Amino acid sequence: MSKIHVTTKINGDTVEFLCDPRETVLDVLRDRLGLTGAKEGCGTGDCGACSVTLDGRLVCSCLVLGAEADGKEIGTVEGIAQGEDLHPLQEKFIEYAALQCGICTPGILVAAKSLLEKNPDPTEEQVRYWLAGNLCRCTGYDKIIRAVMDTAADLREAS
Amino acid sequence: MALDGTKDTAFKYVGTTPERPDGFDKVTGRARFGADMIAPGMLFGSIVRSPHAHARIVKIDTSKAEALDGVKAVVTRADFSSALECKPGMDGEIWNTLENVMAGEKALYDGHAIAAVAATSNLIARDAAKLIEVEYEILPHVTDVDLAMADDAPVIREGVTDYSVPKGMHPNVVRCHDQGHGDVEAGFAEADLVIEDHFTTEATHQGYIEPNACVATLGADGKGEVWCSTQGHWNVQKVCAALLDLETSQLRVTASEIGGGFGGKTTVFVEPVALALSRKANKPVKMVMTRAEVFRATGPTASTSMDVKIGMKKDGTITAAKGVFRLQGGAFPGAPCEFTAMCAFAPYNLANVHQTGYDVMSNRPKQAAYRAPGSPMAAFAVESVIDELCNQLGLDPIDVRLKNASHEGTRASYGPKFERIGLVETLEEAKAHPHYSAPLAEGQGRGVSCGFWFNHGGETSVSMAMSEDGSAQIMVGTPDIGGSRASMALMAAEVLGIPYDTIRCTIADTASLGYNEISHGSRVTYASGLAVIKSANAIVKELCRRAAAKWDIDADAVIWEDGYAKPSGPNAGDFEPLHIAEITATMGATGGPINGHFEATPEGAGVSFATHIVDAEVDKETGATKVVRYTVVQDAGKAIHPTYVEGQYQGGAAQGIGWALNEEYIYGEDGRLQNAGFLDYRIPVASDLPMIDTVIVEVPNPGHPFGVRGVGETSICPPLAAIANAVSAAAGVRMRNLPMSPPRILAALDAKSG
Amino acid sequence: MRYLTPASFEDAVAMATGSDGVIRFLAGGTDVLVQMRADIVTPDTLIDVKKIDGVHDISRADDGSWTIGVASTGAEMTEHDGLGKDWPGVVEAMDLIGSTQVQGRATLTGNLCNASPAADSVPAMIAAGATVSVTGPDGTRTVAVEDIATGPGKTSLAQGELISSVNLPARGAGGGDAYLRFIPRTEMDIAVVGCAVNLRVDGDTITEARVSLGAVAPTALLVTDAATALIGSTLDDAALDALAAAASAACNPIDDKRGTIEFRTKIAGVLAKRAAKIAYDRARAQQ
Repeated sequence: MSKIHVTTKINGDTVEFLCDPRETVLDVLRDRLGLTGAKEGCGTGDCGACSVTLDGRLVCSCLVLGAEADGKEIGTVEGIAQGEDLHPLQEKFIEYAALQCGICTPGILVAAKSLLEKNPDPTEEQVRYWLAGNLCRCTGYDKIIRAVMDTAADLREAS
Repeated sequence: MALDGTKDTAFKYVGTTPERPDGFDKVTGRARFGADMIAPGMLFGSIVRSPHAHARIVKIDTSKAEALDGVKAVVTRADFSSALECKPGMDGEIWNTLENVMAGEKALYDGHAIAAVAATSNLIARDAAKLIEVEYEILPHVTDVDLAMADDAPVIREGVTDYSVPKGMHPNVVRCHDQGHGDVEAGFAEADLVIEDHFTTEATHQGYIEPNACVATLGADGKGEVWCSTQGHWNVQKVCAALLDLETSQLRVTASEIGGGFGGKTTVFVEPVALALSRKANKPVKMVMTRAEVFRATGPTASTSMDVKIGMKKDGTITAAKGVFRLQGGAFPGAPCEFTAMCAFAPYNLANVHQTGYDVMSNRPKQAAYRAPGSPMAAFAVESVIDELCNQLGLDPIDVRLKNASHEGTRASYGPKFERIGLVETLEEAKAHPHYSAPLAEGQGRGVSCGFWFNHGGETSVSMAMSEDGSAQIMVGTPDIGGSRASMALMAAEVLGIPYDTIRCTIADTASLGYNEISHGSRVTYASGLAVIKSANAIVKELCRRAAAKWDIDADAVIWEDGYAKPSGPNAGDFEPLHIAEITATMGATGGPINGHFEATPEGAGVSFATHIVDAEVDKETGATKVVRYTVVQDAGKAIHPTYVEGQYQGGAAQGIGWALNEEYIYGEDGRLQNAGFLDYRIPVASDLPMIDTVIVEVPNPGHPFGVRGVGETSICPPLAAIANAVSAAAGVRMRNLPMSPPRILAALDAKSG
Repeated sequence: MRYLTPASFEDAVAMATGSDGVIRFLAGGTDVLVQMRADIVTPDTLIDVKKIDGVHDISRADDGSWTIGVASTGAEMTEHDGLGKDWPGVVEAMDLIGSTQVQGRATLTGNLCNASPAADSVPAMIAAGATVSVTGPDGTRTVAVEDIATGPGKTSLAQGELISSVNLPARGAGGGDAYLRFIPRTEMDIAVVGCAVNLRVDGDTITEARVSLGAVAPTALLVTDAATALIGSTLDDAALDALAAAASAACNPIDDKRGTIEFRTKIAGVLAKRAAKIAYDRARAQQ
């Protein structure tokens, strides 16, 4: 089975890879590129643990073929912090205990960052619905929602 | 140091809320979970699973798979130990585990592993698995607990019923727990109102977001290593060694970060299979379950069928209580019928009580522990009946529970006398909480419930070492499933008197520390915490001894305060306090490394109780339910890291909401699981839930130096009943079957309106 | 599996007619990739239509009608300035599908061609009177949306045919549409019942109506009796009751893991009433 050559940008870096046409962006990130921050919780778009951005749009990387990424820009959890500085969402998630086991955290951070870029002043309901595709089994979402809301407030104040 | 039994013990570090040591890794994607390990030259494994609920395996033809380019090994049951024996009840648990991870003569449930393959890529492994041809002789199946006990039910396995089961029951009933005290019939005769009702709950899955995963390597020399997502790696070591005829010590197991377990990762599934494949291929093998495999083949909780009868006087006094609890735990013994029975009436001080639990086999996956295994279902049945009694007698549900509440000295429904417990305190806090007196909107109902869990101690080893700069490292053996590394460091900081940030707690692998039981039974903060405190005490003792030697005084004349060795008083001598770093800086020359360790099976895990308040809203046209307000009140003994304790309370409540409203294993007539994915196995999403308010009650556990009680499990005991009581109040009809899905609620409303 | 990226619909047709075995067209992929992952379908040829010119466009013609490209995602539809003002029911129906992440990929065309009886956007499109352009070896033809799905997972598209655009009629004055579905959770579920109502008013009186139901029969239904119940009324209680009765009567559902026959039949009537009220309010506001 012949492989497909793909050129893409991941977290700002140009990356080339060969992939089987059946492989998803998630498979490529994890198994071919060693970027294991995106997690596979379901492989069917139901849990959001593999959330990445594709040309700035929030998607499940398990629902995008590696071949479809050609010429696109991908953003993963590994690209959220700038150097040694955590993104305010990352800091707030630690501070608020908005994670317990942490398996859903990369996907939730990517999704929450995408929300705040689109809507810097979301209501609690908007945060809850935006994140409805990111399953968390540990926290009951309470501290996650608070962390996102309070980060948004901090960012508004800072801007 | 020692607990004086009051709430006023002054702590410097315990009770604060510093950031967890694994936080940075987990928000940056660096944390390594089960599927994140990469070993040089590793292969990928895939498992062939039965599509039938019950079938004899006539023939397995692996030739086409083996011929596929890239395939390096294929294994079946023949590649595992033949020395294990099937035995009645739980005596055969090791054989049961083998039979579950790789079927022998029969496929016992939809999803049962039949064979496995390892190949050079994940896609090749999956393709190869499809080429393995299995010939089945389909047998009659049963998946329902009541049907599995009926006379005409197919027998899952002969000869596994143990001594405890009364004669004349179906062979699928394999264990029985029967217990009580007083005279329940006399008690019912004293009651002004007796209610007896039937309840059912469906099987639910722990729903951890990280599928079971491992990387394993095993050579023909009998030496192996496993990296896996588990709640207990010594158990993985012990069980895998037995399943593969290895010496336990030759297998080294490292626990990865664990992406949720909730009891579901207390056993093995893919680990022995990966080892068998690795031995055959002579290369490391990675195995990661798909989500569908997780649902079909790992352990959900048991489903239940329950009858509960309670008598009450007009003043709210419970005169007698009786329950029969039937649990279906899949095709193996092990459904926690004894826990269901023992927890059922534990919150109440009863003169007359009797409980019976049955462990029943059916053609479903082998059940696994799920957060307070067995207790939530019992609470659902019992607390629903109490709620109905309160309704019919016009009594306040919290007052009635206070009137009957167990307290220190009560003879528990399951036998022993309670030591100091905090049930009354949770009820009083709940009653005083603004939630309890807040007005309800039209269409809403309020429910309350109590819940109980034993908590557990278990075999524990901890080791601690000082560094020359005065910082400390702790090695514990209980995988961190909720922030426990932070709690361990806090307790060590408290004893050593050094800042939290100078202590690093690591989950040691099986080669680096003595045996540790699984992270289960809410035991980690209690048992590993106790061992950390004892280890730190040993270090403090040694630090004092070194200071005494330096000062040339008696070791007894040195005290440890806030990180310093000090003379115990003027009589001991006049010396400048010695800071910990001053002592450790020269420890190599003053007697050698300063370490502490502790190993024991602590038995003072304090039982714990919770009271939950729930407001729910029901759309009577559609049966849709929304939980609009939720308050958890629970006794933590002592909250070491209060924010993480809140997290446990909130998580348990959220899982309870899912169980109560929408989660269920749905089997078709064909015995196949219909909803093996997060699309139709409906765990709560962010937009389903309200904020979950928490109240931490602290009634210290006399069995722990700082008063800790486990907190992880009790939080899932009250929700099913509290939500059912709220929904029943809102809908105006008693809901007796979980989940209370919209079709069920609408059907109940229709039945009521005739 | 071969992965192909045609530059035009004609290329796509040629690739499809020139391929053997199982062929799938890939738009958003939120169904196709799931089916591949679950081993339900492993195509021999996967034809990705997203590189065809114009497939991401959403445009309004001078006559007020709309053309939606086959690769336009739910998120793009929701973010569009004018589409949701004309056809809020269609946009909301699309928006209800899956998570924010799924919205970033999922398309109307994919939702239609997947031919699930429970597809959310399909009743909304049917109620709106939407058509699709179907391009095949013999050129392009126009087909009503209700004529595409023929059963669960089955469509009327012939080998080598694919949808090349979705067309919504001009909204016109006094028109309003709405879509509601019932799911057990608040998000992430497949519709247990879906109902779309599209109507036009003159003053307070309903002059035109189309009602469509999803997840209550092998395909989404256009329920003319339900529309008849509305036309000529001012959406009074009698009309609503007649609507609900007609909606329930049209149901031919199954018992499955998502709902029972009784439940679906009853909820169809409840949702029809609720959706009609929203559409009615919208229509009156559009006069």
